[in-house]
Amino acid sequence: MAKKLRKKYISSGPMPVPKWENVLVVGAGIAGLEAASQLLSLGYKVTLIDKASYAGGHVASWHKLFPDRTDASSVITGLLSSIAGATLLLSTEILSVHRLGEGFAVVLSGGETLYFKAILLATGFSLFPAEKKEEYGYGVYNQVITNSDLEQWFNEGNDPRINDRKISSVGFVHCVGSRDIKAGNPQCSKVCCITAVKQAIEIKQHFPDAEVWCFYMDLRLFGKKYEDFYISAQKDYGIHFIRGRVSEVSEAIDGEVIVKAEDTLNGRPVKIKLSLLVLMAGIISRNDIQPLAEDLSVMMDSDGFLLSRDNITGITRSQRPGIFYAGTCTGPKTIPESLAEARSAAIDIHNYLRGL
Amino acid sequence: MIPFGFSLSPSSVTDLDKVDTRRYRELLRLEPGAATCIGCGSCSATCTSSAWTGMSVRKVILGLQRGRDVEVDAMLRGCMLCGKCTMVCPRGINTRNLILAAMRISKEDGK
Repeated sequence: MAKKLRKKYISSGPMPVPKWENVLVVGAGIAGLEAASQLLSLGYKVTLIDKASYAGGHVASWHKLFPDRTDASSVITGLLSSIAGATLLLSTEILSVHRLGEGFAVVLSGGETLYFKAILLATGFSLFPAEKKEEYGYGVYNQVITNSDLEQWFNEGNDPRINDRKISSVGFVHCVGSRDIKAGNPQCSKVCCITAVKQAIEIKQHFPDAEVWCFYMDLRLFGKKYEDFYISAQKDYGIHFIRGRVSEVSEAIDGEVIVKAEDTLNGRPVKIKLSLLVLMAGIISRNDIQPLAEDLSVMMDSDGFLLSRDNITGITRSQRPGIFYAGTCTGPKTIPESLAEARSAAIDIHNYLRGL
Repeated sequence: MIPFGFSLSPSSVTDLDKVDTRRYRELLRLEPGAATCIGCGSCSATCTSSAWTGMSVRKVILGLQRGRDVEVDAMLRGCMLCGKCTMVCPRGINTRNLILAAMRISKEDGK
């Protein structure tokens, strides 16, 4: 018998897995798409749901990705083509979840009740609402936009806040809503430093005569080729870096904005007039995650993100059997990190289901 | 003394082995938030009097850590207690309490 099985295993490739086991992936951003694709290739039936009317999450509205300036749309297109066998339900959310035996009965907003053996939460993050930092004037001054607005302008090119004025100087404010205890987000959003460097270079390419200034508290350029990108911003594009957090923004009489900071390396306050100010809004936990977490009996960590079983060896595992995590639902992450985690979560789910 | 034609300059090195941090430790007792300063400079940038007096909460905290008490006292005299620094501090430090505490320590030292 064992010999026969072994022979079958060798002759027919991978070990056969039960085909009837369903996995629900919540969130069709990059982590959800990648995990769905991996689970499909492992032989599972995958249902992928997303609240939004489109797949791809935040990355879908981004233009180019650091550090190689890859097209964001090509990443999404690639991921979408790999989930052809999955059931993709858009504009769909979970109404309620009940544990049933070893699995879950899930009522979806479309009215259907489906049964799943495992649930993967790839619910992602929210962008910090920049208008909360009132002193920066987002939503008050037309000269102040966010990193997300700028990506949209790179994509579509029709933002009057940029098009309707002469752009002679541009500032980037790092850590907007990140590392900010008063804003309720003590965590570092991790990706804004390198995004600011990327966007500063892109702005310089659009407006070669403009002076570009980055105001930072610390530059955290930890990833592969990030430091090269930073060196290029300094050397090839002449972007200025001021070590000081912007304290306030006000409007000048000529329609520009006056930005105040301390040049902490020089120990003196500085002020500068800018035609455009870009706020690097950070990554925060989704404000609508709590009800779902309660429904699933998974816990929130002290930073507001979902609590993993272990932050070193079990980041993709919740404390409940059958519920797994991938991507930024457990904290700020880069795209490659989210994708790697999605693959890791797929293997975790595979091992879990095999052990049932 | 023989005129050598040059004079000696005092060293500008802060000797961390010898620096007297008593005032900083006292400040921490009165305002524990001082330990969480990340030196971002928001306080100094928004300070009403900084441009004229050199007042800077960030530099007061750092100055006390490095034993630069005389410079700290000079800065503290420039504060008008308007409270703008409290509003912008990302770490939520009670800078008003911090400044008052630093002033009290300074006064008790008879400086």
